[in-house]
Amino acid sequence: MEHLTWTGALSPLNLFLALAVAVLVIAIVAQILVSFAPSDDGRAVYADGSMAADRGLSGFIGMIVHYALIVTLAIALLYAVAGIFMGTDAGIIGGMAQQLLPVWIALIVTYALSITFKRKLGLYGKLFDSTVGMIGFGLVMFWVYAGFFGGVLDMITTHDTLSQYSGMKNKSPGTPLRGAEAGDFQWFLLGGDNLARDVFSRLFDGAWVVVKIAPFATLFAFMVGITLGLPAGYYGGRLDTILSFLANLILAFPVILLFYLLVTPEIVQTGIPNYMALVLFVFPLVFLAILLNARFYTQPSFRTPLLIVVLGVGAWLYLSLVSTDGAIVATPTYAIPGLPAMLDGFDIDPNLLVVFVSVVFVNAPTVFRIVRGLALDIKTRDYVAAAQTRGEGPWYIMLWEILPNARGPLIVDFCLRIGYTTILLGTLGFFGLGLASESPDWGTTINAGRRLLSIYPHAAIAPAVSLLTLVLGLNLLADGLREESLRD
Amino acid sequence: MGLFILRRLGVMLLTALCLTFIVFWLTNLYPNLEKLAKTQGNFRMSDEAVTSYLDDRGYLEPLPIKFAQWLGVAPGWVTQKDDGTVLARCYNEETPVDERRRFCGVLQGDWGKSTVFKDDVGAIVATRLALTGKLMFWVLVLMVPMALAVGVLAGMKEGSKLDRSLSTVSIVSTATPEYVSGVIFIAVFASSAFGLKWFKGSATSAMESANFENFFLPVLTISLYGMGYIARMTRASMTEVMTAQYIRTARLKGVSFGNIVFKHALRNALIAPFTVIMLQIPWLLNGVVIVETLFNYKGFGWVLVQAAGNNDIELLLAVSVVSVVVVLLTQLISDIGYVFLNPRIRIS
Repeated sequence: MEHLTWTGALSPLNLFLALAVAVLVIAIVAQILVSFAPSDDGRAVYADGSMAADRGLSGFIGMIVHYALIVTLAIALLYAVAGIFMGTDAGIIGGMAQQLLPVWIALIVTYALSITFKRKLGLYGKLFDSTVGMIGFGLVMFWVYAGFFGGVLDMITTHDTLSQYSGMKNKSPGTPLRGAEAGDFQWFLLGGDNLARDVFSRLFDGAWVVVKIAPFATLFAFMVGITLGLPAGYYGGRLDTILSFLANLILAFPVILLFYLLVTPEIVQTGIPNYMALVLFVFPLVFLAILLNARFYTQPSFRTPLLIVVLGVGAWLYLSLVSTDGAIVATPTYAIPGLPAMLDGFDIDPNLLVVFVSVVFVNAPTVFRIVRGLALDIKTRDYVAAAQTRGEGPWYIMLWEILPNARGPLIVDFCLRIGYTTILLGTLGFFGLGLASESPDWGTTINAGRRLLSIYPHAAIAPAVSLLTLVLGLNLLADGLREESLRD
Repeated sequence: MGLFILRRLGVMLLTALCLTFIVFWLTNLYPNLEKLAKTQGNFRMSDEAVTSYLDDRGYLEPLPIKFAQWLGVAPGWVTQKDDGTVLARCYNEETPVDERRRFCGVLQGDWGKSTVFKDDVGAIVATRLALTGKLMFWVLVLMVPMALAVGVLAGMKEGSKLDRSLSTVSIVSTATPEYVSGVIFIAVFASSAFGLKWFKGSATSAMESANFENFFLPVLTISLYGMGYIARMTRASMTEVMTAQYIRTARLKGVSFGNIVFKHALRNALIAPFTVIMLQIPWLLNGVVIVETLFNYKGFGWVLVQAAGNNDIELLLAVSVVSVVVVLLTQLISDIGYVFLNPRIRIS
């Protein structure tokens, strides 16, 4: 087996790609420079009263940009499509494109379905009217699918993510696997890391860790922020003062110092994360209970069974979440019994729990401030006054009048905040806090790779670029959503 | 105004007290103390040895008393050991008897001793802060003009090609945390793999003599992440100003575009970014910790990591006091500055 190059049999295309990109860059720079100069468009008025205008220099450059962009994208697409069929014959990129086949299929199906039914899908459908939103959504869904197919179904990963392969230490991308057997994948597509593990497989395994934690942590932070922020904004007064002081207190903490204090094995021993989980995870339950009760309390015959079912399932999930091995808090000196192990639906690794809890804890005050501000603004509207005149209760007004009208900014912030949470998770990994050192998540991998950065940068660059694209996708998605939600 | 500042200072003091108490509580939890005893003594200490070590050094007193000692409102601990040696918070064996103080805490100007660096906390924090100050100064010098220029240029003509390309740049820069951009910069500009080697991948030598080669990458790494956000805020404020009535009037009167931007729009457009820049400074602190770790620049952020990693209680407290003061002071300045810059608020 020989060493793979990046593009393999398709390398003649590289020249064209380089040309197209060069033309594109030059044209864009020219376009920007031209936009500074005032344009004098040559307008001609003909005898019959009709007018004609040539598009001038800026129009000409605009056309070049347009075509150069199309050519660049077409060549990039060609690499991917050819790669799917030719596999590693088309080099490392081809090999990766082929490994990622399930992701491509899932993405195409998602886009086809969404664009077909976009008029029936509300805000989500409108996303497909904005180019920026579509690009962002594509990047995000790429990593979601890649994480799912790679981390859960093991369809993308080429090698085991934890085992070390002899002779593969710090090998550059495309190195053939030494002593590979017939059934094995023959190359390390993105090289080996400093412990001779496959960077490519770890990358996609690690994607799942991020995709799994970040949205949930953000969701919990939103539940906490909304449940506390609405009454603070709506009632004001002393409640507002106290809650705002607490929120500012947490916000005044430098995030990294807080992480260093909270996410350590010693703190896990004291059971503090468990207590925090106990408090923070109860908010979704409270939120749901108030939400449904406020809406249906006039129909007790419907409300009571609904609440019993919802709270029953919720309480079971909550107890499974907070209790491990039949105990909610288990320290060397004492233990608080929780759900018995036989009823426990799932256990969460204590290291993961502390990471999750601290990320929620850091994010919740910001959400609180946003929700409080929105509630302060919206409570002066006429429809709130109308609801008050109708005699609706305060919680009904907060959750069914104010909250739905604050959804636009909240959805946009939700997307941005997932990105921010991803960055925070990476920061934790970067400082080696929380997750185990062999965990494939991106932050930990960057941390492991940075020691040899000046000699073997590939092991750290792969997760760094991945994290960048995911967060960029989330930011673009938020931008697209903001644009579309402002339009109506 | 005076009353406003006084009230804010009061809240600041209360916040700082609460926060230091939280840090104090977290660092004084028993498992943390045990770790401290074992790193200071030896790792194979028995449980009794750990307890007596901690007891001798006043760590096992009730939390409020220890906190009061640190603040300097309660007399420092003194332990008379069986063999006659005396251990005390405020003095050691060599101190003459008449110079021995009872109180030594923050109020007396005594920040305690660092267990990691075996030095006075005040001295460590001062030297490290000076180093980080140097870094921050260059970050601000690079970041603020860059961010304002990008924001103003993009906001000048909303929807133009220039606006779109600059907005893309600022979105990309907000999406790149320091540990990503730092890694990419080192790999591309300082590693042998790409062969460029324009800069140095470590900023250790910049502590004594900073030059372009060893200091530019860390400065750039911190600046980029903060730049995008400030640029986007500047752009938003600039586009808002550019659609205002008085700008339209100026255009209709025939004022040239350059004059409109520089003489009429810019002043009003820069009020909002000022607050954003001030509020961004505490966020730069995070960047500083990451970048100082990545580039091995031994400043304030590096000390934070060392202190937190080794549970160096008094150093950690001083670090948190400094960072809390930075956060709250910038908030205060941004509020006051907003009032002074905005004529509509100043006059009424």
